[in-house]
Amino acid sequence: MTIKLGVPSKGRLMEKTFDWFGARGVRLSRSGSEREYAGAVDGIDGVSLVLLSASEIPRELAAGRVHLGVTGTDLIREKLVQWDRKVEPLAELGFGFADLIIAVPAAWIDVDTLDDLDAAAAAFRAEHGHRLRIATKYHRLVRDYLREGGVADYRLVDSQGATEGTVANLTAEAVADITSTGETLRANHLKVLAEEPVLRSQATLFRSRTAPLTDDQRTTLHQLRAHLDLRRAD
Amino acid sequence: MIEKAAAIRAQAAALRARFEAQGAVLVEPSILQSAETLLDLYGEEIRSRAYVTADPERGEMMLRPDFTVPVVEMHMAGGAEPARYTYAGKVFRRQEAHPERASEYVQVGYELFDRADPAAADAEVFSLVADAVAPLGLRAVTGDIGVLIAAVSGLETTKARRAALLRHLWRPGRFRALLNRYSGKTPPPPTRVALLAAADPFADAPPQSGKRSRAEIEARIAALRADAAAPPLAREQVALIDAVLSVRETLPYALERLRDIAVDLPALTQALDAFEARLEALGARGQDVDKIDFEGSYGRTSMEYYDGFVFGFVADPIANLPPVATGGRYDALTQRLGQGGHIRAVGAVIRPDLMIALSGKQP
Repeated sequence: MTIKLGVPSKGRLMEKTFDWFGARGVRLSRSGSEREYAGAVDGIDGVSLVLLSASEIPRELAAGRVHLGVTGTDLIREKLVQWDRKVEPLAELGFGFADLIIAVPAAWIDVDTLDDLDAAAAAFRAEHGHRLRIATKYHRLVRDYLREGGVADYRLVDSQGATEGTVANLTAEAVADITSTGETLRANHLKVLAEEPVLRSQATLFRSRTAPLTDDQRTTLHQLRAHLDLRRAD
Repeated sequence: MIEKAAAIRAQAAALRARFEAQGAVLVEPSILQSAETLLDLYGEEIRSRAYVTADPERGEMMLRPDFTVPVVEMHMAGGAEPARYTYAGKVFRRQEAHPERASEYVQVGYELFDRADPAAADAEVFSLVADAVAPLGLRAVTGDIGVLIAAVSGLETTKARRAALLRHLWRPGRFRALLNRYSGKTPPPPTRVALLAAADPFADAPPQSGKRSRAEIEARIAALRADAAAPPLAREQVALIDAVLSVRETLPYALERLRDIAVDLPALTQALDAFEARLEALGARGQDVDKIDFEGSYGRTSMEYYDGFVFGFVADPIANLPPVATGGRYDALTQRLGQGGHIRAVGAVIRPDLMIALSGKQP
């Protein structure tokens, strides 16, 4: 039995993951055609590559169907309840950086902190008869963050894409989204709150805590970890 | 498993019969409740505690996280007066932070709507629950949100600050942050200092976008200016709030301690008179008030609707169980759900599953 390594199946995240492993002597490649989600592993025995959508990797790790997986910290924390009991971060890979932040219209010159946001939400509700809407797809993370920050009188509205446009479209008053550069925010006349972000995320190699391991698999995992650590390029 | 479910059902039926014997009318609210009502009451937080589902006609619905809200709605839509209700059924709670806790469990409740004598009503509900769980030897702990509300309402500061503190009474972290800022313990953030120092804060303001208007932003800046001009909340005033929050005594000593605090915070007096009347009513019902604990901050982090007497019956901490029974007064809730009407109300729930878990451990 091999141990299974789940890697994002396309795009820059896949390429950079391949590079990261390659620099450490483990060559990952996609076998066959572009459409086939199968892969090969060279440089170590007993490891097989599973190509998956990055957003499915947390679930596969938690269910123990892959032993190792590369995905963003943001997805792990949003999708897994008690994530730290289900997966263990082994290495931060140094790419795929993104912060989950809360942004409000730049015109809100009176709002820079969570304290301001809370006060604005209270007044907004009194004025408009509904709670201040924050568009996001990261419901759990944002709700926990706002609870910690003591913000009330808001409501989350689901937005699975083009979240920054919701303010101009009058379907939300503020947004909570992943931003890597901030350009999209500026283009939509939004500014980031002057607070710690909800989460700082990057691509990370996780180990499943739930996947059962045979003795052989345990040995392979041990070898792979040693391999990746010993042959670190940096 | 089947035996356990049957035992819980039998325990629930016994509790319900006990409440019906007091004249309570049996009610059976729907499991599916309007999400909008619950969201309006609890805010977005309720989504992390209740299961949300969708109905094609009625929109977003929630599996009832408690019975109190539907019982109040039903009563306000035309109940008799005074009224006593009981119910027994499952409630559904998401347990995001504690997956090991039950996500569906039976509650048996008793709700009393009576505007005539709140002290007697508090004592009636407390005593019924105390008697029902008496064999388990639980610790009774009480609090009084009404005392906290009176303390904050009596602070010598601006109306806006008192309102902000009252709004966050149930969020201890934000409440403390506000006290620290109003008293000058934490300085205002640099962004606010800069905003208030600007001759024309709108000079370089980006173009308006979204639903929140320029007038609203101007109003908030005016409020911030007024707050900055107001004198800081005196440290002595903060100390009075801290004194109220840190009271931990049995009921009679707690009253004595709060009376002492009221010498410097006379706004407490009315709430303490109500406290004293309740103490007498509990005694008249045969409750040993010297054995009932009072904690100044009890009930602050729970559901937001309690606004007076609150209580819980808790097992030995070693058992690591949630409270076996909880209850409290929720006068303001009847107004919010009353569509113009208002009545005073108090209620409590017991968990038969926990009663069985605890009695099973006894020899």
